[in-house]
Amino acid sequence: METKLPPASTPTSPSSPGLSPVPPPDKVDGFSRRSLRRARPRRSHSSSQFRYQSNQQELTPLPLLKDVPASELHELLSRKLAQCGVMFDFLDCVADLKGKEVKRAALNELVECVGSTRGVLIEPVYPDIIRMISVNIFRTLPPSENPEFDPEEDEPNLEPSWPHLQLVYEFFLRFLESPDFQPSVAKRYVDQKFVLMLLELFDSEDPREREYLKTILHRVYGKFLGLRAYIRKQCSHIFLRFIYEFEHFNGVAELLEILGSIINGFALPLKTEHKQFLVRVLIPLHSVKSLSVFHAQLAYCVVQFLEKDATLTEHVIRGLLKYWPKTCTQKEVMFLGEMEEILDVIEPSQFVKIQEPLFKQVARCVSSPHFQVAERALYFWNNEYILSLIEDNCHTVLPAVFGTLYQVSKEHWNQTIVSLIYNVLKTFMEMNGKLFDELTASYKLEKQQEQQKARERQELWQGLEELRLRRLQGTQGAKEAPLQRLTPQVATSGGVSYRVGLPPAPGITGT
Amino acid sequence: MAGAAGPGTGPGAAGGDGDDSLYPIAVLIDELRNEDVQLRLNSIKKLSTIALALGVERTRTELLPFLTDTIYDEDEVLLALAEQLGNFTGLVGGPDFAHCLLPPLESLATVEETVVRDKAVESLRQISQEHTSVALEAHFVPLVKRLASGDWFTSRTSACGLFSVCYPRASNAVKAEIRQHFRSLCSDDTPMVRRAAASKLGEFAKVLELDSVKSEIVPLFTNLASDEQDSVRLLAVEACVSIAQLLSQEDLEALVMPILRQAAEDKSWRVRYMVADKFSELQKAVGPKITQNDLIPAFQNLLKDCEAEVRAAAAHKVKELCENLPIEGRETIIMNQILPYIKELVSDTNQHVKSALASVIMGLSTILGKENTIEHLLPLFLAQLKDECPEVRLNIISNLDCVNEVIGIRQLSQSLLPAIVELAEDAKWRVRLAIIEYMPLLAGQLGVEFFDEKLNSLCMAWLVDHVYAIREAATNNLMKLVQKFGTEWAQNTIVPKVLVMANDPNYLHRMTTLFCINALSEACGQEITTKQMLPIVLKMAGDQVANVRFNVAKSLQKIGPILDTDALQEEVKPVLQKLGQDEDMDVKYFAQEAMSVVAQRLRKLDLPVKDSDEPSAPGADKNHFLRPRGPGEDAGKVSRDRAARVASEAAVEAAQLGVGTQPRSGPAYQLCVNPRETLAHLEIVGLVHFSQSRD
Repeated sequence: METKLPPASTPTSPSSPGLSPVPPPDKVDGFSRRSLRRARPRRSHSSSQFRYQSNQQELTPLPLLKDVPASELHELLSRKLAQCGVMFDFLDCVADLKGKEVKRAALNELVECVGSTRGVLIEPVYPDIIRMISVNIFRTLPPSENPEFDPEEDEPNLEPSWPHLQLVYEFFLRFLESPDFQPSVAKRYVDQKFVLMLLELFDSEDPREREYLKTILHRVYGKFLGLRAYIRKQCSHIFLRFIYEFEHFNGVAELLEILGSIINGFALPLKTEHKQFLVRVLIPLHSVKSLSVFHAQLAYCVVQFLEKDATLTEHVIRGLLKYWPKTCTQKEVMFLGEMEEILDVIEPSQFVKIQEPLFKQVARCVSSPHFQVAERALYFWNNEYILSLIEDNCHTVLPAVFGTLYQVSKEHWNQTIVSLIYNVLKTFMEMNGKLFDELTASYKLEKQQEQQKARERQELWQGLEELRLRRLQGTQGAKEAPLQRLTPQVATSGGVSYRVGLPPAPGITGT
Repeated sequence: MAGAAGPGTGPGAAGGDGDDSLYPIAVLIDELRNEDVQLRLNSIKKLSTIALALGVERTRTELLPFLTDTIYDEDEVLLALAEQLGNFTGLVGGPDFAHCLLPPLESLATVEETVVRDKAVESLRQISQEHTSVALEAHFVPLVKRLASGDWFTSRTSACGLFSVCYPRASNAVKAEIRQHFRSLCSDDTPMVRRAAASKLGEFAKVLELDSVKSEIVPLFTNLASDEQDSVRLLAVEACVSIAQLLSQEDLEALVMPILRQAAEDKSWRVRYMVADKFSELQKAVGPKITQNDLIPAFQNLLKDCEAEVRAAAAHKVKELCENLPIEGRETIIMNQILPYIKELVSDTNQHVKSALASVIMGLSTILGKENTIEHLLPLFLAQLKDECPEVRLNIISNLDCVNEVIGIRQLSQSLLPAIVELAEDAKWRVRLAIIEYMPLLAGQLGVEFFDEKLNSLCMAWLVDHVYAIREAATNNLMKLVQKFGTEWAQNTIVPKVLVMANDPNYLHRMTTLFCINALSEACGQEITTKQMLPIVLKMAGDQVANVRFNVAKSLQKIGPILDTDALQEEVKPVLQKLGQDEDMDVKYFAQEAMSVVAQRLRKLDLPVKDSDEPSAPGADKNHFLRPRGPGEDAGKVSRDRAARVASEAAVEAAQLGVGTQPRSGPAYQLCVNPRETLAHLEIVGLVHFSQSRD
C-alpha cells in the first residue's frame, strides 16, 4: 500500500484504508469466553474523568472573534483558549450540555481563526495555545475493556470525548501548519516532555485519534529539528517495549508509517544509529504476534532502508530467516510477501550472498501442508526479476530446492500446488537440463545418505549414552548431581535411549 | 544441583578424560551445528552428555570456547543452552572452575530475546553461589560491571538481576563500586533498563547495609517512583514493600510514606492498580499504625477509584485487609471505614468489580461475627445473589461455607433457591457447569430434606441437558450426592429416575443411564447394582444404536468388580459373548475387552486366596471413581491412559483364555481414540449431525 503521509486535509475525515483489513466472518464457536464477555457491553470509564471537577464555573458564550476590533482580538483569544481548557464529562451524555456546546463553538471558532486569519499567532499566545492543547489531549489512557483486544477482530473503544477532542486536534494541526507558525518560538513549549506524552497517546484504541496523532507527529518532526533524534529514540523505545516486554501498543502501524517517511529522507551514507534501528528494532518487530496489523508499514520501512543502502540486504534477509514463523501460516504468507518485495529491489551481488539459506527456507515453505504458504512461495517463480536471479545462480539455487520440490511434487495433497511445482520443475529443466538430470539421478542416493547419517547419529548418541552410564556407575558412590537426571528405566532397557521426537512407545518400557 | 558435587570431584574426575578416539570433538560439534533446528536443539539439551564424553578438561578448553563463539543461533536453542549451563559446574571440574562458564553466559545475557536473557541471568545467579569469594571478585564481579556498562540496553537490564547475588560476598571497596553501578542504572536513559532496575530495587535493598539503604536506596526509590513513565513508577510500588520492611517506623514515615501516598493517587491508573494489588503486602510491611493513619484512607480512595480495574483490584483485597487489621478495634474500623464503601461496590456499574467483591465478601462474616453479619452483610449477600451477572452470583454461592459457619445457611435459603434455579437454567453452559460443581457443597449444607424438595429435580434435569459436558458433570454430581446422603437415599430417589431413562427414545439419554450406572455402582454397593442396575444394563445390550451397545460392554466391564461371581458367570458373560459377535466392529472390540477383564476376575475369584483388590484388576482402582474431579481436569486423559493399560492387559489375557483376538488389536489400534466416540462428542456439542441408528 501507499505509505506516504496523507495531505493535510485528510485528517478531517480520518480513514485509513490500508490499516483496517476486512473483518473475518463471525466465529462459529458460540462457547468462547470472549463472546461471554462481549455479551454485556459495559461503559468505559475514561481516565479524563479522573481530573474532572464537578464544581467548576459555568461557561458563558464570549463574543465572536471576528466581531471584535483587532486591538482586543488577542485578549479575547486568550479567554477563549482558557474556556477551551475546561474539561467535561462525556460519559454522562446529558451532563452540562450547555457548557459542552459553548466549548464546542469556541473550539470551532479557534480552528477557523487559526486556519484563515493571518497575524493571530503572536508570541504571547503560544503558551496559552500549548496549555489548552495539553490539558485536553494529555490524559492517561483508560484500561482496555477487553484485555485480549484483537485489533483485527474486535471493535475498538471509541473515545467518548471525541466531539471536543477532534476539534482540539484539528486546531493543533492548523496551528502547526499555519504560515505564521514559528518553530523557534514554539520549541520553548513543545519540548521533549511534550513529545513523550504525545507518543504515549499513540496507544489510544480510537483509530480516529491515532490518525490525527500521526499527522501531527509528522509535522512536529518536520518543524522541530531539535526534537528529531529524540523522537526517533523514543519511538524505538516504544517498539522495543512492544517487542520484548508488553505485546500491546495500538499505534505501531501509525508510528511505522511516520518512520517510513522519515527513513525516506535519511541522508547517505546512513548513520550507524539508523542501521542499528533497522537491525535491532525493525527486524525483531517481525516476531510480534500481531504482525498483521502493521506489516504493510513495516515492510515499507524495511524496503526503504534497502533502497537507501543495498549492503544492508544480507543483514535483513538473515534477520527475517531467523524470525521466520514456525507455526503461524498467516504470518508466513506475510513474510513471503515481504521477501518478494525485498527481492524486487535486491542487487545481484547481494542476492549471491543469501541465496542458499533463503531458498532453503523457500523450499520449506513449498513443502508446507498449508497450501496458501506453498502457493505464495511458488509464486516467486512468476516474478521475472527473481526468475532471472535464479537463472543466473542456477547452480546454487537448484540444488538447494530440488530435493524438496521433487518430494513435494509427489506428496502434496493439493492439486494446484502439485501443478505449480511441475511448472517450476519444468522451468528448471529448461534453465539447466544437465544439472537437473544430475540432481534427479543423485536424489535417491542422497536420500539414502540422509538415512545413513540419521543412523550414524543415533549410534553416536547411543554410544554417548552408554559412556555416560559407565561414568555414572564408575562414580556411583560420589554424589553426582547432574547425572541423576538419567532415568533408571533407560539404564535397564539398554539401547532405546535415544529417540528423536518420538514419544516412548508403549510396551517397551514395561518389559 | 551441581552445587552438590564436592569441591574438586568433577564427574569426569573418576573416569579420566573422554575417550578421544571414540568421540572427537568435531563430531560432537557437528551435532551442535546440525542444519535442522530440532536436531540442534536435541543436541543442546543433551549438552551434559557431550561434556561428560569429553571430560572436564576438554569441556573447558574446547567445548566452552565453541559455545561462546556460536551465540548466533535460534532463540530456542539459546534458551536451552542458557538453562544447561546453569547446571554445568560439575562438568567443568567443580567450583574451582565455575568461572569458565561465565563467558558463554555473558554473551547469552546480552541477546535481544528476553526469555533467553532471563534464563542466562538465572543461571548466572545459580553459578555465582558456586564461586569462591576470590573467584567471585576476580571473575564474576567484573562480568557484572561489564554488563552494567554495556552499550546496548540488553546487557544493562541483565546486569540489574546480578547485583544482589554478588554484593553480600564482595569486599567493601567492591561493594561501593557495585552500588555505584546500580545507581547509574536506576537513572539510565533507556526506560527498559530503569524498569529492570526498579524491579530489582527491593531485592538489592535487602542485601545492603541499613545505612546504605537509607542514604542510597531511598533516593533511588524516590526517583523511580516519580519517573516520567508509569511503567517504571508502578514497579517502584513493588520495591516499596521490600524497602518498608527494612526501615524503622520513623524512617518509614519520613522517607517512604510520602512516596506511597503519592503513588496511591498517581494520575496513571496502572500505578494505582499496582498499589491496590500489593495492598496486603504493603499493609504488612508498614505495620498497624501507619495502616490505620494512611493506608485505610488510601484504600477507601482505591475502592471508589474512577477506573474499574483499580476498584476490582482493591475489592479483591477487602477480606485480606480486614483480616490483617489488629484484632483490637478491628470491628470498629471495618464497620465505620470499610463497610460503607463495600456497600457502594455491591451496586457497581462494572461486573468485574462486583464479581471481585463477591469472591471475598463472604469471608467478612467470620471476622464480623453473627450479629453484624445478619444486620449488615446479609443484605449485601442477598443483593449479590440477585445480581444480573451470573459470575457474581456464582462467586457468592461458591463461598457459602464461610457464612454457614457463622449464621447458618438457612438465613439465605430464601434467596438462594431462586438464584440457584436461575443459574441452573442459564443459557451459557459454562455457567450451568459451574453451578453443578457446587451442588454437593450446597447439598451438604442445606440438608437432605431441603435438597429433595427443591434441588433434586434440577439435578435430574441436568442429566438430559443438550450439552455433553453438563450431562457428564451431572453424572459425577449424582455420585457425590450418593456419597453424601447414603445408599438408601440413592435407592429411593435417584436410581429409579436414572433407570427410567433407559427407555428414552433419545439414544443420548439412554447412554446417560449407562454413564450414571458407571458412576453410581460403586457408591451404591453390590446389592443395588446387582438387583436394580444390572438387569437394565443387560437389557440395553439389545439396543438398536451401536453406541449404546458398546457402552453396555464398557459399563459391564466397569461394574464387573462390584458384582459377585454368580452374576458375572451367569448373566454378564453370556451377554458379553453375544456382543462379542456383534456386527459392529466397535461393539465387538469393547465387548471383547470387557470379556477379558471379566474372565480375569472370574479366574481370580476361583483362586484359593481371593485378592480382588489387587491393583492390576482394572476396575479396582477405586481412586479413579471416588476422586472428585476439578473442573479443569481432563477426564479423557485419565481414561485413555487406563484404556491403554487395560488394552495391553486384555491382549495378554485374551491370548491365554483363547478368546478370539481381533485382527487389528495391536497396541497402536487400541490406543487410537474410538472414532465413533469422537463423533458422538462432536454431535453433542452440535457440530456434527450423526445419524442415530447406524444399523
